Amino acid sequence: MLYREAGQFKTTYAADQSVFPIRQDRVGIAVILLVAFVVVPLLASSFVLSAVFIPILVFSLAAIGLNLLTGYAGQVSLGTGAFMGVGAYTCYKLTTYFPQANIVILILASGLGSAAIGTVFGLPSLRIKGFYLAVATLAAQFFLSWCFVRIPWLYNHNVSGAIEVPTRTMLGVAVTGPNATPLTRYLVALTIVTLMTWVASNLLRGRIGRTWMAVRDMDIAAELIGIRLYSAKLLAFAVSSFYCGVAGAIMVFLWFGAAEADSFNIDQSFLILFMVIVGGLGSLIGSFFGAIFIWGLPIVLRATPEFFGLTIRAATVEHLQFMIVGALIIFFLIAEPAGLARLWQIGKQKLRVWPFPY
Amino acid sequence: MDLLYKIFLDPFVQMGAAPDLLVQTLWEGLVAGVLYALIALGYVLIYKASGVFNFAQGIMVVFAALTLVGIAAMLRQWGVGPGDVAAYAALILTAVVMLGLAWGVERLMLRPLVNQPEIILFMATFGLTYFLIGFGELLFGGEPKVMITDDLHLPRGALEFKMLGGFVSLQKIDVAAAVIASVMVAALAIFFQKTRIGRALRAVADSHKAALSVGISLEQIWVTVWFAAGIVALATGIMWGARSDVSFALQTLALKALPVLILGGFTSIPGAIVGGVIIGVGEKLGEFYWGPLLGSGIESWLAYVIALVFLLFRPQGLFGEKIIERI
Amino acid sequence: MRADRDAGAQDAFLSVEGVSLAFGGVKALTDVSFDVRKGEIRAIIGPNGAGKTSMLNVINGFYRPQHGRITFKGRTRTAMRPFEAARGGIARTFQNVALFRGMSALDNIMAGRTLKMHRGFFWQLIRFGPALAEEVEHRRKVEEIIDFLEIPQIRKTPVGRLPYGLQKRVELGRALAMEPDLLLLDEPMAGMNLEEKEDMSRYIVDANTHLGTTIALIEHDMGVVMDLSDRVVVLEYGRKIADGTPEEVKADPTVVAAYLGVPH
Repeated sequence: MLYREAGQFKTTYAADQSVFPIRQDRVGIAVILLVAFVVVPLLASSFVLSAVFIPILVFSLAAIGLNLLTGYAGQVSLGTGAFMGVGAYTCYKLTTYFPQANIVILILASGLGSAAIGTVFGLPSLRIKGFYLAVATLAAQFFLSWCFVRIPWLYNHNVSGAIEVPTRTMLGVAVTGPNATPLTRYLVALTIVTLMTWVASNLLRGRIGRTWMAVRDMDIAAELIGIRLYSAKLLAFAVSSFYCGVAGAIMVFLWFGAAEADSFNIDQSFLILFMVIVGGLGSLIGSFFGAIFIWGLPIVLRATPEFFGLTIRAATVEHLQFMIVGALIIFFLIAEPAGLARLWQIGKQKLRVWPFPY
Repeated sequence: MDLLYKIFLDPFVQMGAAPDLLVQTLWEGLVAGVLYALIALGYVLIYKASGVFNFAQGIMVVFAALTLVGIAAMLRQWGVGPGDVAAYAALILTAVVMLGLAWGVERLMLRPLVNQPEIILFMATFGLTYFLIGFGELLFGGEPKVMITDDLHLPRGALEFKMLGGFVSLQKIDVAAAVIASVMVAALAIFFQKTRIGRALRAVADSHKAALSVGISLEQIWVTVWFAAGIVALATGIMWGARSDVSFALQTLALKALPVLILGGFTSIPGAIVGGVIIGVGEKLGEFYWGPLLGSGIESWLAYVIALVFLLFRPQGLFGEKIIERI
Repeated sequence: MRADRDAGAQDAFLSVEGVSLAFGGVKALTDVSFDVRKGEIRAIIGPNGAGKTSMLNVINGFYRPQHGRITFKGRTRTAMRPFEAARGGIARTFQNVALFRGMSALDNIMAGRTLKMHRGFFWQLIRFGPALAEEVEHRRKVEEIIDFLEIPQIRKTPVGRLPYGLQKRVELGRALAMEPDLLLLDEPMAGMNLEEKEDMSRYIVDANTHLGTTIALIEHDMGVVMDLSDRVVVLEYGRKIADGTPEEVKADPTVVAAYLGVPH
């Protein structure tokens, strides 16, 4: 009853194809945006902003990137961490050479560097499919990780090998660097992520999204209707790497404030892959669910023993985390391979007919 | 010009100038290759018989090794016999543990996911990996352990040969590893080709539904093959651990088996050995002779790039089956 | 180039000359030649294993024959990539429905419009404006096809959930969305009951008469073949054994012998 669509008639095709054709969805997204832009800044502490909300934004964006490539276009990739790194280092070099330029512009521009590298490593997708392609992306991951250490130019020949984010301002307010408040960083990140999510949604609803899904579902049939497989796959690599690159730049410039090569290693790639799996392959909202879940779960786990008055050593909690995450992944794949996004859809379906069972 | 010389000529000149070093490097590459092949073998076994790419094979190696060392220490604490008795008892007990693990995996992970697409099962093994990492760390702690090499009566020391104007030294443990690996490969190859169970395993790999319809018990087959993979993991863990300590870092090393599988094909047992040797030797040669040119640490990615280049020319690997898509 | 075109409907729109195709030791097609005239409905029939699907695959560009040539709309080639065939105006359906299972029926048919959609990447990024206008324009066309095929009620359903008969209709819709010059149908009636076959026949005939689409179809149901097709070519074990109007072919003793059966 709550989610009834009856009575909502679309009179134009454009209305039918909009992002949120159902009124309840439109209300829902308005509420979410309101909460994100207004309520959270008012209520959340700096710590929560830095430890929870900003990371979730970063990972959601990276998960969207991976989802575009793997969930929508069907090209398995294990190189997400490395592409995030390319974005981060590109941004660092760009701001080194153009210290006066607006940092938000540079963050977005650094995605292009990532997109270029991503396209190069997507070239094998012409000949190689499925699982083998995943291994090829591993080559990208390990090679780029090595580059991050072995090319001192990337980190301005810093002795420590790490990059430190300089202070950059926008409209007189510090946006990056040690003086930037978590609130500022959160709002900037939120704006970028919201914008890029909207753009992703546009792409996916149109010709390009359909092309990718066709390539994913049956590439032979896709060729039949005139799709050039190679261009579609390369475009997927490019766009996906763009998103991962921007996510990496945000991670370094608006969250960590610093980075070293290890931040973009294979474990990062797996982490984002888990987010996408748990959240739901081929679902934009699933990317958010997955990021929230995988990032939030350890936080909840860490807080639980205290909540119940038990003291468990930090190391043990971490081991338990691994075990629980691992078991949950298996559980999810058994119960709902389509992830949290499908559970969400099922939930909405139940809301449609509530209080009736079906 | 100078760069071209450095890449294409100089390394070969170096090889010729010190042939004993070349042999040494080749040998080290061979040894590394054999060990990669052992890990790859575990993957091949499981993939061949259940169509699952078991990402957790690497952590199984670590887990098996840790269990062995842990049980042996426990037994000694309880005053069980001289060192080697405890070691061999621990070996048997670890095998039992691996059987239990195989049974658990079959019951809790494979059975509920039967008939799901391969990618889902692959991702489930990711979950298994994380679970075993946490579980292993919880049970045994994260610090590196020493392998009970002596107690198992594995040889120590080196054989030294004077040849080609210099010295070549082979670690005895490496020779033992090569021998053990070859024996395992031969045994497994015969098992798959000649025995009834081997045939059943191959049937299951081809099609779960078809195998079920001719009365093959999927559950038994899976437990069998995961147990076999567990034993291979144990052997691998012992060999790796004998050369360097047993730690969770081995897990990432196991990813190196992937290029091996690409070269050798995912379903070929001899392919795993050939692929392993090619990758091992290629990596060592590359690192030793071309490494100084590019900077150190290229072995972190060289194997993958070799595999990638190979894939571009032969997408199904050396021994793999050509994928034919029927419309 | 000789100006050897007859006026109107007598030209060979598609011409298959001496095509031979083998997979390893298996000879799928041996020296097959026939033509399809513009605007006609041509049936390809024959017992199982005769090489009919292989023939379509060759025309489509999936298989490259060892010998022989295909001439389509005046251009001759030995092989072409499937997407070139699509761009050239050839569309195709499959025996085992080749739909995109992750998408709805509407999206599948919209996918068929891909070749006709030209708005570039950057317009797609913002969607508002030209890209949306193009979407709506093609959506209109697709809805016409949906109405034509009488499937408006299932257009938002993911195709994986549809019954086989409806899936085949959606696949036909996707092929029609390409506005092809030549439509290749591989057993479009397989697995359908009488009513569904009548519907499908109607759609095929309408596509042929109203849209002017030339059609080549593989079919087992003799009744359908007799009623729908202008001309028939019969294959057996990869060779052509008969070629002519349905009546001629039906009476041919070689054909009868090959089938050993009665049209049903």
